[in-house]
Amino acid sequence: MARTIKIDPVSRIEGHAYITLNLNDAGKVEDAQFHLTQFRGFEKFCEGRPFPEMPALTARTCGICPVSHLVASSKACDHLLSVTIPPTGVKLRRLMNLAQIVQSHALSFFHMSSADLLLGMDSAPQQRNLIGLLSVDPQLAKDGIRLRQIGQTIIEWLGGKKIHPGWMVPGGVNEPLTDERRLAMLAMLPEGLEIAHRTIDLFKQLVSRFDEEIEHFGNFPTMFLSLVTPSGGLEHYDGLLRIKNAAGEIVEDMVPPTEYQRLIGEAVEPYSYMKFPYYLPAGYPTGIYRVGPLARLNNCDFCGTPAADTELDAFRALQHGKPVSSSFHFHFARLVEMIFALERMQQLLEDPTILATRVRARARGNANEGIGVAEAPRGTLIHHYKIDDDGLLTWANLIIATGHNNLAMNLGVKQVAAHFVDGNHLREGMLNRVEAVIRCYDPCLSCASHAVGQMPLKIQLIDARGVVVDELVRD
Amino acid sequence: MSRVQPPGPHKIRVVTLQIDGRDIGAREDETILEVARENDIPIPTLCYLEGLSTWGACRLCVVEIEGTTRPQSACSTCVAEGMKVITNSERLERYRRTILELLFAERNHVCSVCVSNGHCELQQLATACKMDHVRFKYRNAPYQVDPSHDLFRVDHNRCVLCTRCLRVCDEIEGAHTWDVMGRGVECLLITDLKQPWGESQSCTSCGKCVQVCPTGALTKKGTAAGEMEKHGSFLVYLTEMRGNR
Ligand code: SF4
Ligand code: SF4
Repeated sequence: MARTIKIDPVSRIEGHAYITLNLNDAGKVEDAQFHLTQFRGFEKFCEGRPFPEMPALTARTCGICPVSHLVASSKACDHLLSVTIPPTGVKLRRLMNLAQIVQSHALSFFHMSSADLLLGMDSAPQQRNLIGLLSVDPQLAKDGIRLRQIGQTIIEWLGGKKIHPGWMVPGGVNEPLTDERRLAMLAMLPEGLEIAHRTIDLFKQLVSRFDEEIEHFGNFPTMFLSLVTPSGGLEHYDGLLRIKNAAGEIVEDMVPPTEYQRLIGEAVEPYSYMKFPYYLPAGYPTGIYRVGPLARLNNCDFCGTPAADTELDAFRALQHGKPVSSSFHFHFARLVEMIFALERMQQLLEDPTILATRVRARARGNANEGIGVAEAPRGTLIHHYKIDDDGLLTWANLIIATGHNNLAMNLGVKQVAAHFVDGNHLREGMLNRVEAVIRCYDPCLSCASHAVGQMPLKIQLIDARGVVVDELVRD
Repeated sequence: MSRVQPPGPHKIRVVTLQIDGRDIGAREDETILEVARENDIPIPTLCYLEGLSTWGACRLCVVEIEGTTRPQSACSTCVAEGMKVITNSERLERYRRTILELLFAERNHVCSVCVSNGHCELQQLATACKMDHVRFKYRNAPYQVDPSHDLFRVDHNRCVLCTRCLRVCDEIEGAHTWDVMGRGVECLLITDLKQPWGESQSCTSCGKCVQVCPTGALTKKGTAAGEMEKHGSFLVYLTEMRGNR
């Protein structure tokens, strides 16, 4: 007798990632549910507001990847304006998006995950953080801090020292780049690249220690969704949608982002505030797919910058050219993307047209519906707005990376749990691994973003009769 | 509220008074605020705007006058011989902060996404008066945005009812498009007889109201967060060209 457990939202512990594991009659893990409360009612909140406010409004709602929301939202607004954005405006936005990839991946890899990799999954939680890392490998910790700083500095220099992220606006950006700033940015990049190379070399040495994790870390076949350039290259800002299946075959290709609704359906589950997007033609939940660094590298034909392409070959070799399916390799993918982002930023900054002063197109709402899609560090981000003739929002839909990965995260947790649940008990060491699986996706939960310390986590084991038989809580 | 005129024969005299302990000479038809500003003594204001009639509604310019128990508004009180004025005291600071907190609690101010962020007089006042939090419960009442005008937009969420827009439209442009409807907390700035602004017959689309509005309530269309910088300097200019009529 299998039972469905409904969780009352108020019973959730504030700031904890809450997971329930359901056992079947045989005492095996039947289902795992990762309860997310993010983005509740946000769309409603926007209704009635003038659309030019949306970039700042959405950027403020998510404190973790504000730049990604700025990009996707500005692009959705561009669509509402129905004008062509000046090329330099596009390049500057690209630059900021890449800087965001660098700083966010650095945070994820160095601050949150490298301690797991270096100290092992079973090390004491007090050690498994940046501070612990400092005592074991101070160089790596310093590298992490510096790389993140490079990304953040570039974002700050572009966006201005102001408190608000108002630089990216519908139609482009509101201030051109000065040559002084351009040179200062360029000067930081070689150091960034050096760090990125050093880190990827270290990762390759460490990776063999984690065969068990690689095998059980959200290692299951799914489809992958991401943007690619019109020629199939790695893309983070513009481009077209591509979906590959687990066998590496292209299922959908060169789909204009404005047609995302043809590809993506959104299911609702009673236990989560977050929707469950799935590949529409395959149905729910068969249409499970993943987004993010892993998806982007699996999907693209090439990166388009020399060092990143070399690393992409190494990444491909992991599965002999087939899509890499272990979520563990999100880490590897992030490191490759960091190299790509740094190289690409260098190219953009060396292009003299980056200094052009026409960076914004001005117009008012010329369409009633706008869709903006970009690749955030965590994956494809979709903003979709409808406005009335006076430019006020009447409807909004946002699909964020953590949403796309929702199904996969649940499956990942289930997989780990099945491996680490022993009868009616939750085995020690399991919390760490569940956390590590979730961290692979780098979900934008505020509780997942603590740079120092661990994720507050609560796991309940529920047997087939619906009785809580074991519970682990960590604050 | 119109300025309180000194009684008696209409020959303007010069009086001496003290502001914050400084001896100052001034014309008797000047207000405390005018005299203080001429002498670089700062007094915070919100509804007051040089070039427009005095309204005296926001009460931020309250000062202490020796011999009176109630603080008086500096914008609407004329100087007098021997007057002793204090522009800053613990009590005044507290009053001003409370006024600002009430303004923030009354409507919906979300600075980080507001068009006026970084260029807003209300925000600057909050900083200047050291208001760091709001002790009152926010009303969270929903207010409309009227985007019907071709060039401008009014967002009642950000309006502080200073009536600068009303006065500049009436006194300088001569159109009198704006009015205040309702009482107390129900007060609402309206265009014509509460038509959508875009349908107003009297509005000349001159934009003066937008430029004098101290907050993000009146704004140019198409501005994103933090992009609305106001330029009110035309006002002094215009009044001067008209010989202060
Ligand atoms: S009007 Fe001023 S105080 Fe109000 S939200 Fe806008 S910036 Fe903030
Ligand atoms: S709209 Fe602006 S100028 Fe008019 S009363 Fe409101 S805050 Fe004052």
